[in-house]
Amino acid sequence: MKKLSLAKLYDFFAAIAAKEALYLPVNNEVGKAEYKRWSEGVELSHQLNTLRSAKDFFFPQTENLMEFKMEGKKIDIIDTREACDDFVIFGVRACDAASFDILDRVYLVDPVDSYYKNRREHGTVITHACGKPAETCFCGTFGIDAADPKGDITVWDVEDGYVFRANTEKGEKLMAATADLFEDTDDKAVKAEQDKVREILAKMPLADLTTEGVGAGLTKEVFDRPEWASLSESCLGCGTCTFVCPTCQCYDIRDFDTGHGIQRFRCWDSCMYSDFTKMSAGQPRPTQLERFRQRFMHKLVYFPDNNDGVFGCVGCGRCLSRCPISMNIVKVMKTLAKGGNK
Amino acid sequence: MQEMMEKRALELLADGTVNRVLGWSVGEFPYDMTPAVFRSAEDLKDRFVYNDFCGANLSKYLIKESKGEGKILVFLKPCDTYSFNQLIAEHRIKRENVYVIGIECYGKADVEKLKAMGLSGITGIQMKNGEYVVETVYGNKTVKASDATAERCLSCKSKKHVVFDELIGEDGDVVEDCNRFDMVEKLEAMTPDERFAFWRGELSRCIRCNACRNVCPACSCEQCVFDNPNSGVAQKAAVNSFEENMFHIIRAFHVAGRCTDCGECSRVCPQHIPLHLLNRKFIKDMNEFYGEYQAGADPDARPPLGTYTKGDREPNEGGNK
Amino acid sequence: MEETLIPYAGIVTKITGQTPDVKTFRVEAPEGGKLFEHKPGQCAMLSVPGVSEAMISITSSPTNKEYMEFSVKKCGCLSGWLHGMDEGQMITVRGPYGRPFPVDDELAGKNLVFVAGGIGLAPLRSVINYVRDNRDKYGRVDIIYGSRSKDDLVYYDEIVSEWMNTPDFHVHLTIDREQEGWDGHVGFVPNYIEEVGLNPINTCALMCGPPIMIKFSLPNLLKVGFDKTQIYTTMELRMKCGIGKCGRCNIGNKYVCKDGPVFRFDQLDELPGEY
Repeated sequence: MKKLSLAKLYDFFAAIAAKEALYLPVNNEVGKAEYKRWSEGVELSHQLNTLRSAKDFFFPQTENLMEFKMEGKKIDIIDTREACDDFVIFGVRACDAASFDILDRVYLVDPVDSYYKNRREHGTVITHACGKPAETCFCGTFGIDAADPKGDITVWDVEDGYVFRANTEKGEKLMAATADLFEDTDDKAVKAEQDKVREILAKMPLADLTTEGVGAGLTKEVFDRPEWASLSESCLGCGTCTFVCPTCQCYDIRDFDTGHGIQRFRCWDSCMYSDFTKMSAGQPRPTQLERFRQRFMHKLVYFPDNNDGVFGCVGCGRCLSRCPISMNIVKVMKTLAKGGNK
Repeated sequence: MQEMMEKRALELLADGTVNRVLGWSVGEFPYDMTPAVFRSAEDLKDRFVYNDFCGANLSKYLIKESKGEGKILVFLKPCDTYSFNQLIAEHRIKRENVYVIGIECYGKADVEKLKAMGLSGITGIQMKNGEYVVETVYGNKTVKASDATAERCLSCKSKKHVVFDELIGEDGDVVEDCNRFDMVEKLEAMTPDERFAFWRGELSRCIRCNACRNVCPACSCEQCVFDNPNSGVAQKAAVNSFEENMFHIIRAFHVAGRCTDCGECSRVCPQHIPLHLLNRKFIKDMNEFYGEYQAGADPDARPPLGTYTKGDREPNEGGNK
Repeated sequence: MEETLIPYAGIVTKITGQTPDVKTFRVEAPEGGKLFEHKPGQCAMLSVPGVSEAMISITSSPTNKEYMEFSVKKCGCLSGWLHGMDEGQMITVRGPYGRPFPVDDELAGKNLVFVAGGIGLAPLRSVINYVRDNRDKYGRVDIIYGSRSKDDLVYYDEIVSEWMNTPDFHVHLTIDREQEGWDGHVGFVPNYIEEVGLNPINTCALMCGPPIMIKFSLPNLLKVGFDKTQIYTTMELRMKCGIGKCGRCNIGNKYVCKDGPVFRFDQLDELPGEY
């Protein structure tokens, strides 16, 4: 483990930014944290988490896939993929770091998504252990430790600075390149910080949330639960939960007429939208009940089914704070666990 | 308040006046109540709740609910009654299937404001004497309730219920000096470049989640033009900044004259874009061009954009003053 | 394997009207030959950039080495455009996608029964012609195919001139209502299944057609002695990516584009009835 003094944090940022793009949470014009590119003078946000998740770095809201030139009856296909430059993300929390594993399980399994893979390979993730979790946090439910996040490098706040630990080759390379900023340290301060945070987490209202009643192999039982009707009743069918979610990875492919040709792009899509599964021949999910159920079945049953029991939720709590009607995965899980109607 | 509402709801369910109740159900925290339909006395007793954090405007749910079997009871705050009335005017709600209880309102609270004060790990909020005692894992803190008042409620246009079958609490008055156009005036005073920069900055945060549209009582089209593949403008994400602006501008145009300024769009925006300012600009312009008009105040009033008079402002007169 | 979602451009060299609303499109690579190889039952994403992209089953047999064929019913955005275009037009194709019918595994050496309605014959035609070209690998073949009217029977000429003349091929055509100039069977496919006298022993059934036909045909196949493990079908849901990532074509934990489109009925029983 290496220690960086409080005063040297921005030297560290500058050292990285001299070589590659560095992104970190910054307070925006409305005082909320969002990832922005660092340059001299940009300040790291001290908020617990960003409004949007970190998935944008690997799975952006929109991205061009290719272009077509149409001339008479002829179609020319242009591969517009570009080599991605190396970049570093600083300040990713344990939940978002875990979400990358979930996205990998979708995009890096055969056939590998080349667009995603390109960015994933070029990104170095520096995680930041949580110091002050919120009531909406429940990463622990999914076995994620907010006090010991994954990533290429993990950073802890300690009393008089920051302690860094490289976890991967990528991380070691980056730390080696900035070695002169660091001094050696033991893990005492980190252990104390972790104990403190874990103690706080244990007191949080969602500390006892379990995955009882959901998980791999329970499709039939969960799918037919009558509670879906009341759970989904006031859902607006918007995509807020989906778009703030670090693990939601569904997309649409669309064409855009640029006037000079056709640009084919993909963009985030939401299973909550009425046209998500609509075909000219019919609609397998005709009402919000089926769409709502799909979103939670996917995260809590289908995904674990296909991924050795791993859930498609990391407990970041964004949907808890952002849903316009305050319906969310925790309420769904508690209702399903109870077997009663809440 | 909650007690009175629950008691009345139970009575109206029991005597058969209504067979359902539209209200709010308890959340995980003291501030995250979900709109819900209650179908039995047990259900009401079990999870009905009402407090300062019940901000959602329930009127839009009545488009669907009023077409169901039997009558439904709904609790509407003063501003919600304007939306309700406007939906009546647009023939989207079957009035005879709804029993409206107006509930007095002195402004709702916004938990985001508490969180912005640094409060985290909230486990309880006790409300008394104009103060909130916020209990958190990190300790308790007492804050003035007015410091947590939702932004939209700070420029509340009316505490008067424009439609109801009965009231719980006092009916208020239209607030004449609500200052709701202050920010619009500031924007009007900007140069076009400054104003463009302001809106680009705000709208560039949009993630096209459609929460503003889906929550909006004025957005009641059965299929939105942005969802209709045959419209030519259907989109889920903006390809460029022009499209990003277009969604919000078209929406503002479409609800112009029908928007009651309930503020739900800004309340639900996960990216905190002040969308209500677009609508307020239209409201202000219409007031100035065609005379004072408040959508939803009177379902029988002729809307300015639906009325022709020889004295109407001509397009070439423009909106710039 | 890496997926780029980037398609091939192919030339539609021949358009054949099959019925009033179904056309078959022959697609070849610009330099001639096929754009890619496939197996019977697999699909491909057809697109006209700027119009739409849609998953269509490959109706030609992999044994056809010169071109691929797609039969498309006019019902949506892309299909409408395809029906209005001329030969010589380029379209884009990517694939092949999905799991095929197990022609070289479970189906090998078996008697085969094909049950189809309307355009549902398109994905089965790939198998049927594959079987014709590998005739010695399979036993008796029964084809029960029905449509609303004679004019709505796709591949009618091919059925009459080629399938009916293939050794041990037994083609049973039916139409929903009496029609002038039709002296064949009249009635619905599900009922016809009971009438033609099928032997379920050492036999597999492959079924594709409108949902209502599937719904009533399945119990009748079971009634004449088939087990669900002997009956295959091919599913259609909204698809975008074709590789199990975009998230919309799932039935339970299975993605139609990747884990399907071919499913056995006992496998479908494990999934929620959301299709």
